[in-house]
Amino acid sequence: MNKALLEVSGLSMRFGGLLAVNGVSLTVREKEIVSVIGPNGAGKTTVFNCISGFYTPTEGTILFDGEQVQGLKGHKIARKGMVRTFQHVRLFKDMTVIENLLVAQHLQMNTNLLSGFFKTPSYRAAEDRAMQNAAFWLKKVNLLEMANREAGNLSYGQQRRLEIARCMVTHPRLLMLDEPAAGLNPNETKELDELICNLRDEFDVSILLIEHDMSLVMGISDQIAVINQGTPLASGTPAEVRDNPDVIKAYLGEA
Amino acid sequence: MNKPIYSALFSAVVMLILASFLLGVDLETQGITLIPELAGDQTWLAIGLATLVVFLFQLFREQIASLIKLPSLPSIDSMLPEEGPKRTKLTRIAVALVIVGMFIWPFFASRGAIDLATLTLIYIMLGLGLNIVVGLAGLLDLGYVAFYAVGAYTYALLSLYYDVSFWVALPISGLLAALFGFLLGFPVLRLRGDYLAIVTLGFGEIIRILLNNWTELTGGPNGISRIPKPDLFGLEFSRRAKEEGNVPFHEFFGIPYDASHKVIFLYLLAVILVLITVYVIHRLTRMPIGRAWEALREDDIACRSLGLNPTVVKLTAFTMGASFAGFAGCFFAARQGFISPESFVFIESAIILAIVVLGGMGSQVGVILAAILLTVLPELAREFQEYRMLLFGLMMVFMMAWRPQGLVPMKRPHLELKTHE
Ligand SMILES: Nc1ncnc2c1ncn2[C@@H]1O[C@H](COP(=O)(O)OP(=O)(O)O)[C@@H](O)[C@H]1O
Ligand SMILES: [Mg+2]
Repeated sequence: MNKALLEVSGLSMRFGGLLAVNGVSLTVREKEIVSVIGPNGAGKTTVFNCISGFYTPTEGTILFDGEQVQGLKGHKIARKGMVRTFQHVRLFKDMTVIENLLVAQHLQMNTNLLSGFFKTPSYRAAEDRAMQNAAFWLKKVNLLEMANREAGNLSYGQQRRLEIARCMVTHPRLLMLDEPAAGLNPNETKELDELICNLRDEFDVSILLIEHDMSLVMGISDQIAVINQGTPLASGTPAEVRDNPDVIKAYLGEA
Repeated sequence: MNKPIYSALFSAVVMLILASFLLGVDLETQGITLIPELAGDQTWLAIGLATLVVFLFQLFREQIASLIKLPSLPSIDSMLPEEGPKRTKLTRIAVALVIVGMFIWPFFASRGAIDLATLTLIYIMLGLGLNIVVGLAGLLDLGYVAFYAVGAYTYALLSLYYDVSFWVALPISGLLAALFGFLLGFPVLRLRGDYLAIVTLGFGEIIRILLNNWTELTGGPNGISRIPKPDLFGLEFSRRAKEEGNVPFHEFFGIPYDASHKVIFLYLLAVILVLITVYVIHRLTRMPIGRAWEALREDDIACRSLGLNPTVVKLTAFTMGASFAGFAGCFFAARQGFISPESFVFIESAIILAIVVLGGMGSQVGVILAAILLTVLPELAREFQEYRMLLFGLMMVFMMAWRPQGLVPMKRPHLELKTHE
């Protein structure tokens, strides 16, 4: 079994009187795709927000590569190699597609003002590398022709792919996707599934995936965790989860 | 069907109340007391008519709007050749021509025109600096004039107390204004939108009030006068050298004294400062820091999720933006020879902000055009002095209705991708 990359245990998040997440535990091993599923309002996005540092969890520990990260600021966590997408796409809409990818590589750039003004060799080298990296990922997600378009002018599916590319240019170790298939047509969804598997196989990135729709994740996930009303309902391989009577009751009973 | 009637009634009542108090009552002095008296019948007739107009306009707003279709401004882009090397070359030639023209022009222009141009250049610099904060980083700053004041007073005080020359004071003014920008940045880091605007507005006022009341240091409302003009490598632009050992410009070159030398020199200096500003900011927008500013404006949460620290990005925007106001302030003090807190009132911040908004947030060409428009037009319309603010307001309203993205909306840089197969 691969080494554990992300270990979440006993995670709880309280908003005033609402216990949105209640004792959720998760483990993502290297090169694994782990999915979190559950009905709307189950607390999936809240779990993401806690892991990625946008909320400080009320309780619980989060270990990334063996190091405690709970309570760290969002940008600090991102710098450790955990990047995410958002349920409602968050692109830099008035900037071009390439600019979106360049901003994402800010930390790998030479940000020294003087080097920038005088275009020193190290500055140029960093810019070139960033451009090539951007081009590589644009090709990968099939957006090369859109490179100089404003991100806000892309179609919804393209925006989703750009958001994933924007994460990937940072060379993350853990990629967190919040309902990446929401709003996509069946064709686009299939492409997305292929892309996600490809990311794991070729680029050594582990993936934590939120999906609202259970059938979608069955095929690609190594592990699935089901949350219902903030509490963990079941977890295991897709087959185990599918046959779990609680899950069947919660899911099929409602649907 | 109900809605327009209500909103029309409401507008009319607001109009009536405001106008009654502002115009309908005259204050008469009797000895040392003020006696309010009702204004004449004519004034009241005018108020009544105006109220009626407001009412009718609001009532038939939709119909009027559909009747008068404002023609949309032709896009400047469509008049230019296609993106590519040809376009780049054309732009280069145009820019070069404009720059050369700016250097030749003063030798043929009148003194008044050159003076006005110099003033315009100062506003261009201020507009470009504020554009970093408001246009690029998206942080609404209503107290920008404070940094302008810091720059101006830095030079004025340094020259008054320590005899520091303009050229030494120029970088110090920029640095000190930047420091103030940085300091202001801290308390407002968590604020955004309206709150940010109010705090920066307050900051601008604090600086002005401080300058006004710290009489021992700044001379208070009397200001500081006889601030020396810049020299050119030790050559002064006065009839006789003020400093021991200095030679006046005209004596050095053996030409008769002419007061316009000084005016032209100041103008050329302003041109150079503006060119440097334009170039520096142009480069910044194509560097990681400039892109980070824009990313922050677009979405600070996404910034954070990618490892950018919004705090640092905001602070750099405030700091860099303020430094340009500092340079402009130093130059302003040198040119005027006299400064007082009067020069740094809120309306100045408002005008600079109007320049940014009118020009097109983030767009340097737009800001330059708007600065020219907003400084030259009022001069041309001197007779309408009293209606200045009215015209100013009308123009802003029209722009917002007609072309909210500004005169020349910001253009994205086109980046060539080299894909290695
Ligand atoms: N910032 C917040 N403040 C208060 N309540 C919140 C906040 N974020 C989420 N919640 C609540 O937590 C619950 C879980 O929401 P969420 O995590 O978005 O669900 P999911 O992503 O599974 O659809 C919801 O009831 C939501 O209203
Ligand atoms: Mg959600």
